[in-house]
Amino acid sequence: MSHRAVVLEVKNLKKHFPIKGGVFKTTQGHVKAVNGISFSIKENETFSIVGESGCGKSTAGRTILRLLEPTEGEVWFNGENLYDINKKEFRKRRKDFQLIFQDPYSSLNPRMNVKELLIEPLLTHQMCPKKEAVQRAGEMIEKVGLSKKQLEKYPHEFSGGQRQRISIARALIVHPKLVILDEAVSALDVSVQSQILNLLIDLQEEFNLTYIFISHDLNVVKHLSDRVGVMYLGQMMELAETDELYDYPLHPYTRALLSAIPSLSTTEKKERIILKGDVPDPSNPPSGCPFRLRCPHAHERCVKENPIFQEAKEGHWVACHLYDEQDETII
Amino acid sequence: MTEFIQKLREDKVGLIGLIGVLIVIVLALLAPLIAPYAPDEMHTEQVMHSPSSEFLFGTDEFGRDIFSRIVYGAQVSLQVGLIAVGIGATFGLIFGLLAGFYQGKLDSIIMRIMDIFFAFPDILLALTIIAVLGPSLTNTMVAIGIVFTPVFTRLIRSAVLTVKENEYILNAKAVGVSNIKIILKHITPNVMAPFIVQITLALSGAILTEAALSFLGLGVQPPNPSWGVMLNESRAYMEFAPWMTIFPVAAIIITIFCFNLLGDSLRDLLDPKLRQ
Repeated sequence: MSHRAVVLEVKNLKKHFPIKGGVFKTTQGHVKAVNGISFSIKENETFSIVGESGCGKSTAGRTILRLLEPTEGEVWFNGENLYDINKKEFRKRRKDFQLIFQDPYSSLNPRMNVKELLIEPLLTHQMCPKKEAVQRAGEMIEKVGLSKKQLEKYPHEFSGGQRQRISIARALIVHPKLVILDEAVSALDVSVQSQILNLLIDLQEEFNLTYIFISHDLNVVKHLSDRVGVMYLGQMMELAETDELYDYPLHPYTRALLSAIPSLSTTEKKERIILKGDVPDPSNPPSGCPFRLRCPHAHERCVKENPIFQEAKEGHWVACHLYDEQDETII
Repeated sequence: MTEFIQKLREDKVGLIGLIGVLIVIVLALLAPLIAPYAPDEMHTEQVMHSPSSEFLFGTDEFGRDIFSRIVYGAQVSLQVGLIAVGIGATFGLIFGLLAGFYQGKLDSIIMRIMDIFFAFPDILLALTIIAVLGPSLTNTMVAIGIVFTPVFTRLIRSAVLTVKENEYILNAKAVGVSNIKIILKHITPNVMAPFIVQITLALSGAILTEAALSFLGLGVQPPNPSWGVMLNESRAYMEFAPWMTIFPVAAIIITIFCFNLLGDSLRDLLDPKLRQ
């Protein structure tokens, strides 16, 4: 995997939302939704970001695509920092990055039929004349497993799974390089989920796509991704190749998450780690390590210092004081 | 669309409204064919004649046929209604889309100006505008148009704010669609339902306001046939020739009533929540 070229590099990305309050609507604090995450994604790879709801994973995805303006940080793509490009110019670049949303019921305009939905991205980027666009829409709709006859139908005439296929077709018709799937299958029931996931895998091969897969579903993530990043309270806690992360999780938070996956095995008894308390308020995070209030291994140092996100093993990054001195006897 | 007509057919009250509105439109369009006399034709020997087979609704103090004047008055009412609401709806749509979509400072400026207009009672605001512009048919339409602009602006703005929350707007942005295209292709079609309902209701309001302004002598000027003008002229003779009052009033009431019935049933039909 290491020989693949890096497509996208995120450096110290931050997105803070101001909290306005009082009579004069002054800024009274910040919700630190994304608080300094860094990672890079290789060509044709599926990189997953997992975490509980509210950990900032969707915000991270949207900020990378500049649907939200970043507070700080850099996103390098093809040798240029995306945040340095002006807004007008960036709109033209959007054909390289597409986003697929969670809710197939609200992510398609109910007043546009499938044909209009599919040709809009092509016409927006002036990639071909309308006649050809319609033809390409017909080809694309068949690629995602629907038929050309359905081009004249409106979104409300389709089921959730079919709508998500339409969303996928709309995103892929412009041949993007990077696709961010923001909980793209979470709203679907399990049987449909696997169909859509297989479709995504097939299309990735066919179009040589790079995916950022944002999800809270650890089973789906394991099935789909090459590498996984675990987020907690706006920070990246651990990042490793999928098998490595699932087999040898380092961070106490990752361990707790993985122990929560239900197991069908009766012989192997897993230790279930139950976290105490709730996710802290992101506008008022704890001092030091964001996870320390719920961490079974928290010690004095965790209160004072926020651990640095560093490589503990080759390709396995973690932000935890337990791995600072290379002293693995503590665990 | 066919589904829509089907639904309207089942809605008896809405159907009555629709038929009433259609009758008014037919009267206005075919006035020269339907009216037995010209609206300003005076029958000097039959002044204030009570309703008869010759003069269906009687005659007024100049011997003009009231039925003919009401038929021609429908033209004035519809003309004022359509053009005034057209002005108000167009500006309201533009301001509402801009305010709702861009929010921020632009929104504050537009909405505070609209609030100023809202602070005056409709009729008083219309009177003031006409006092400035001078009484005439055109100015009546302009004045009513201005009075209706804030209503449309506020309605469209709130509809835009709701529509904007949908993920398909963010989706369009992610695809790279320009703001103008997002407004025109993704937002506007989705705010049409409340817009159309408001247009039907505003039509009745405009017709009523025109009648009121004309009654006060600031709208349509005599001898043009307007229901409001006819009411004004009948004031002095109400006791001797009640038909001079009754028929224009009936025309106004029935027209407004039908427009409102139609508006209400359109609201039910176009509201997706009430659809099923």
